[in-house]
Amino acid sequence: MIRRFWRRMAWIVPLACSACGETFQSALQPAGPHAASLARLIWSFTAICGVIWLLVMLVLLFALWRRHRPAEARHERRATAIIGAAVAATVLIITGLTLMSYAATRGLSDDAPDPVVIRVRGYQWWWEVTYADRRPERTFVTANEIHIPLHRPVRLELTAADVIHSFWVPNLAGKQDLIPGRNNTLTIVADAPGTYRAQCAEFCGLQHAHMALPVIAEDAAAFDTWRQAQLAEAPAPVTAEQAAGRDFFTAGPCSACHTVRGTSAAGRLGPDLTHVASRQTIAAGQLPTTRGSLAAWIADPQTIKPGNNMPLVPMTPDQLQSVSAWLASLR
Amino acid sequence: MIERCVLFAVLSLTACKREMRDLRSDPPEAAALDQVRPMENRIGGAAPRIMYALGQPYEGNAYQLNQGKRLYDWFGCKGCHAQGGGVIGPALMDGWWRYGSDPVSIYLSLRDGRPNGMPAFGQRMTTDQMWQLTGYIRSLGSYRPSTAAPSRNDEMQARPAENRGPAAAALIARPSR
Ligand code: HEC
Ligand code: HEC
Ligand SMILES: [Cu+2]
Repeated sequence: MIRRFWRRMAWIVPLACSACGETFQSALQPAGPHAASLARLIWSFTAICGVIWLLVMLVLLFALWRRHRPAEARHERRATAIIGAAVAATVLIITGLTLMSYAATRGLSDDAPDPVVIRVRGYQWWWEVTYADRRPERTFVTANEIHIPLHRPVRLELTAADVIHSFWVPNLAGKQDLIPGRNNTLTIVADAPGTYRAQCAEFCGLQHAHMALPVIAEDAAAFDTWRQAQLAEAPAPVTAEQAAGRDFFTAGPCSACHTVRGTSAAGRLGPDLTHVASRQTIAAGQLPTTRGSLAAWIADPQTIKPGNNMPLVPMTPDQLQSVSAWLASLR
Repeated sequence: MIERCVLFAVLSLTACKREMRDLRSDPPEAAALDQVRPMENRIGGAAPRIMYALGQPYEGNAYQLNQGKRLYDWFGCKGCHAQGGGVIGPALMDGWWRYGSDPVSIYLSLRDGRPNGMPAFGQRMTTDQMWQLTGYIRSLGSYRPSTAAPSRNDEMQARPAENRGPAAAALIARPSR
């Protein structure tokens, strides 16, 4: 039994460490000032508490090792002094840690000048993302993917449609809840380009574990290009197959739940699909976006993500082919 | 003493039955579920045979009822029928029906619409979803209590919970129009 335990541990420990080198989703690989300040905080906490733990263990060993001697009044006084000193040290250290924690988290939600404002709305089990702008014609809705420019503060305005969710992109910031009927804000800044994985961090039902989204930090030029492309309506179908796919989509149940700007589909119950093929993943981080995975998802969403709110819509193989061809062309 | 323990153990097992959630119908099943055989005036008729083979899942299964309740909100029924009390459309919980309270009539009202302003949803919903809604609508206007209930409302409840029939209003109100 015990042997087996150690054999298992021998497996698990290296496996657990194999994730440490990745920058994809790790609070210990900060890519921005906020996450860096939190990482510094956790490292200093770990170091200080580690030293204290070592000291306590040493004192304990010393006490065990020392032979028992009959108590005298002199010893009693010394013990009181030692205990007093230990209590004082504890109070000092805890106060110190509290102040450090306060200092590290104080600036995190401060309003920054000229932020990019992104509204994130949590649904069971996907994310609606709205890029707000003072000019309404420059506002657009997308889903399940966030792009941010480097070195510029981004204010995320977080709310939820159904139950409480939580937005956590460990490489960039700590967690912040999305609460129905409330607006929470979280400011993030990215200093290193890359793709960071965010994950819902508040249990929200059956598919909570499958509610992720990539956050892509890129330089200002790339971000502007992306933003401009997202503002455009969906491209017109090129092939006859794509056109057939569009017609099927707009005539049937798909259009009751999904919006594709530039067509008559204007449903608001599922993710906006105007540029679905430009996104890295579908179904909130479940599958890489390819024509094949789109078809697999549309053919049977309830097997890929059981319980999610997209029903299996019965269709013929031809319809499935054409609708996935059309969606795969929406870059 | 031992007898009591055994009895207790057996009784405690009865709670182990967990309601199954059927998350989707296979396409042939869905096609069969659409085979209602209505009367000529499109009021009432025979339910699809497969409904009985499946054990009438849309009437007594809490998950299906609850999906119906969510669809009622998502597909904008509230805009015309309010919480069941009716505005532009008739009330759905007062026990009075223009086209019948049986599942087939309600399914037909939903799928094909009705002449005086009820839009057809057959092109916008799957068969599953229309049956889920039908089950929920029937629970709204039910006279009989049931063991299955959808989850509670987020806003103020217009009537006692759906499984606690009859709807309070049903006993007093006359048809709205
Ligand atoms: C009842 C509403 C509903 C209907 C009808 C519906 N969908 Fe969906 N769809 C959703 C929801 C909700 C999601 C998000 C699921 C999740 O990730 O939890 C989704 C997700 C998707 C996605 C993945 C999008 C992304 O970025 O993650 C695609 C593609 C899609 N649907 C295509 C379709 C097509 C094609 C049809 C018609 C055959 C259709 N949907 C019908 C509600 C619906
Ligand atoms: C545009 C307004 C409108 C919407 C939206 C609407 N209805 Fe109706 N509904 C009506 C009207 C009006 C009638 C009465 C039709 C008639 O008398 O011919 C009606 C009738 C009905 C009936 C038949 C009632 C009876 O007494 O027999 C049912 C059931 C029903 N609606 C359910 C729904 C459901 C479920 C939804 C949501 C999916 C919905 N309706 C959405 C307007 C609407
Ligand atoms: Cu969650």
